[in-house]
Amino acid sequence: MIEPRIGVYVCHCGTNIAGVVDVAEVSKWASEHLKGRGVVISRDYKFMCSSLGQELIEKDIKEYRLNRVVVAACSPHLHEATFRTATKSAGLNPYLTEMVSIREQDSWVHTDKIAATNKAKAMISGGVERVRYHEPLEPLHVPIHPATLVVGGGIAGIQAVLELADAGQKVYLVEREPSIGGHMAQFDKTFPTLDCSACILTPKMVSVGKHPNVELFTWSEVTNVEGYVGNFTVNIHKKARFVKEDICTGCSICQEKCPKKVIDDVFEAGLGYRKAVYTPFAQAIPNYPVIDKENCTYFQKGTCRACEKLCPTKAIDFTQEDQDISIQVGNIILATGYDLFDSRRIPQYGYARLANVFTSLEFERLSNSAGPTGGKVVLRDGVTEPKTVGIVHCVGSRDKNYNNYCSAICCMQSLKFAHLVEERTGAEVYNFYIDIRTPAKDYDEFYQRVLEEGTIFIRGKVAEVTDAARMAGEEGKIIIQVEDTLMGKQRRIPVDMVILSAGLEPRRDAKAVAKLFGISCSSAGWVIEKHPKLDPIATMTDGIFIAGCMQGPKDIPASVAQGAAAAARVLGRIQQKEIALEPIRATVNETQCSGCRICNNMCPYNAILFHEDRAVSEVNPALCQGCGTCIAACPAGAISGTGFSNEQVMAQIEGLLLLNLEAEPA
Amino acid sequence: MKYGYYPGCSLERNAAAYNVSTMAIAEPLGIEFNEIDDWNCCGATEYTSIDLLAAYALIARNLALAEQLPDNGKLVAPCSACFLNLTKVAHQLEEEETLADKVNLALAEGKLHYTPGSIQVYHLLEVIFNDVGLDNLAKKVVKPLKGLRIAPYYGCMIVRPGYQRTFDNPEHPTSLDSIMNALGAFVVDFPMKANCCGGHMTQISQPVALEMLRRLLKNAADYRADIIVTLCPMCQLNLDAYQENVNAYFKTDYHIPTLYFTQLIGIAMGIPAEQLGIGKELVDARPALAKIGIEVPSEESVPEKKKHPKESLPMPTMSKED
Repeated sequence: MIEPRIGVYVCHCGTNIAGVVDVAEVSKWASEHLKGRGVVISRDYKFMCSSLGQELIEKDIKEYRLNRVVVAACSPHLHEATFRTATKSAGLNPYLTEMVSIREQDSWVHTDKIAATNKAKAMISGGVERVRYHEPLEPLHVPIHPATLVVGGGIAGIQAVLELADAGQKVYLVEREPSIGGHMAQFDKTFPTLDCSACILTPKMVSVGKHPNVELFTWSEVTNVEGYVGNFTVNIHKKARFVKEDICTGCSICQEKCPKKVIDDVFEAGLGYRKAVYTPFAQAIPNYPVIDKENCTYFQKGTCRACEKLCPTKAIDFTQEDQDISIQVGNIILATGYDLFDSRRIPQYGYARLANVFTSLEFERLSNSAGPTGGKVVLRDGVTEPKTVGIVHCVGSRDKNYNNYCSAICCMQSLKFAHLVEERTGAEVYNFYIDIRTPAKDYDEFYQRVLEEGTIFIRGKVAEVTDAARMAGEEGKIIIQVEDTLMGKQRRIPVDMVILSAGLEPRRDAKAVAKLFGISCSSAGWVIEKHPKLDPIATMTDGIFIAGCMQGPKDIPASVAQGAAAAARVLGRIQQKEIALEPIRATVNETQCSGCRICNNMCPYNAILFHEDRAVSEVNPALCQGCGTCIAACPAGAISGTGFSNEQVMAQIEGLLLLNLEAEPA
Repeated sequence: MKYGYYPGCSLERNAAAYNVSTMAIAEPLGIEFNEIDDWNCCGATEYTSIDLLAAYALIARNLALAEQLPDNGKLVAPCSACFLNLTKVAHQLEEEETLADKVNLALAEGKLHYTPGSIQVYHLLEVIFNDVGLDNLAKKVVKPLKGLRIAPYYGCMIVRPGYQRTFDNPEHPTSLDSIMNALGAFVVDFPMKANCCGGHMTQISQPVALEMLRRLLKNAADYRADIIVTLCPMCQLNLDAYQENVNAYFKTDYHIPTLYFTQLIGIAMGIPAEQLGIGKELVDARPALAKIGIEVPSEESVPEKKKHPKESLPMPTMSKED
């Protein structure tokens, strides 16, 4: 080891650190007590991350011929890159810098100033011992494949696809349903402007369908993902449509003639019917139908074939088989959306027992001019207009029995419903709310408008929705039992129709999807972003981005913004043509590896492969994120990590504990 | 299936029919009850409000006696109030060590001791629904209750969550519905199935109690129920004995008999009515039961089939898993 010449830089971070830790004392202590450990110079400065602070380090590196730098400041998550760059511009390998987090791990979590100052000294001592073992490292450069995979064809995915395709890049879009469009295609109007949802969505869908840079896979799912940022190999399972896509003209004669009617649980939210051969809606993209094998009379009983006989272009092909297609992409954007909370889980709200209790998605279809009633707001008998309608907020949200979180869209959606009911039927509308949350642009103005239209707002969580009439006027009605918390009274409101504003939940298979792509979910099932504020569309896995509701409940504007943001990030990547990967990663010493495979399944990034022939494991350097799990797990000690070798960790611990503090009074 | 048995005071007197019918169906269903020797009152709803520690000791004495039974630690109480008191105290003694110590100090005076966690308390409904099971029950049915419209009434005590177990949905229980279906009866939707019957409110404020009972009776009548079936002596007493008072107070004319679910299970199993304590109820159940003997017209025997007009929208079903 060449003689270490270490510079120690203690940051005040304004009063963030200096308010608790005596930084001048710490700096003085380091220069005096750690001299024997290689510290040549130690300074404190108000904002080390400022350009003046960085220049200070650069100047010292040259002047004092420093070959190691320790910065005691905030968390490396924030400024490690800053100080590495400063080190580099002074001609030193950037990985010879070590950061000590005396803010997050010290000043922010302690109030005892003397103890916090001593802790800062101990931590810096650990950092100094550790940095002695740092080695110069070079980042790994890998090429970026210019194509991108987008999973999920709702509005967030569509936006991402169009941004990328319009910028001239190749995009694959995979959608599970027969058509793209997602939940937005089910709506009639969108808040707060009451734009026609189809009018603003379908042009985008058409662009996706026709774009020369877009390859669309509907009725398809991703089943396997291998590789790493820049070089993913993805397997797409394309289910048989039983319709020849190249011949079908989308004339829909097959759908008209198919004798098998099925309740459409997906697009019509259970409120309408489709045929066994179907496109979910008139503007579907692509416009050729699929045959639903489970319900098709031919597949179930061997007879019928009406669609085949009547198709004018002979496009029906019952012999079609599922296909698996392998594609290469550099980046992946996931936008798989949400599921609606199942209102059956709250039996006291009567859904599926009382005919005229509807869910929010059912009401979207009911009010949609292309829906089962042609947009007429009627009761479940299909003809009667309601005279009074109750809208229940927070169904399954903000409730510790179901989901603690706020579903974000339900207040505005309920206001929209109130407006639509009033406009189409003139009915009296009640909103039962806990709090009204209308924070985005023009949202509260919409609330004011609905208030002025005469909707009645009752503040209180609904206890029960029942048909058990108790008093005169309740006969034949649905009664909403609620505590009116503004009035301080229990009330019973008889209505004809109830709309449950059900919350948003992660997709049922969210956890499996997260595992497939090597990313993680919160316990609720929403995907965890790289940083909740500063990087909400990236994940901890390089090259995998997220957009829309899979990250958490959000409305259309927010989903579109995320879709575009994710695309912008991917475009930036593609333009770089190659990516420099952190050299902090693990390697397996093959001669020591016993082939026990303990490490294989522990790796959260699927970065470890096993060579059957030689019976040894190997870490893929491009996939490895340097988390260290395998290093700790290896019973043979065969795995080591650059940047966190055993020597480095042990030295840091020794430094932290006593090595340089022995002489200090307690 | 062996269980310790705690009948409770009600089953000795006003709810004797519940006890008789429970015993009558036990053996054919493969249930063996071992009654606790020298059991005492559970303190009902009042005593816990007067002296908590004494009330807990009173209840725990039964648990301590049950612990001495040679069974598997399962204690059955058919009365909802007894069940709730026993399960609450068994749970509380497991949770709070100091409470258990104090209670055991009191029990030691009578040379008794209760080991927290040794007894699991079951309501009879839970035993028949889970341990006997619907399939086994259906096999024993020789006289299906076809044509009887039944309002299943759970009352407010047995489905309360948070003690030893929560065995049915607290807001919308369905176990009794399933049992009645298994017997061949037609179960009406009874939205007030888990509401309170008023308990001892009849002794405190009769107008309040009668209004609570009126709601239940009106709801059952609105659904054209022939019989309200219950599993709680308090509920049965209130609905049965105060039905005339409700009629007098509100100028109504309800005649809905209230029977225990064990009585209807017995009838479906072909046990003679007199062996099930039928006839002890005040609102005569005979006219309703007479319907079973008669050849029932098909419109009564099958669930009402609503004719859907062509425009009607599909109705979601409860069966979809959450």
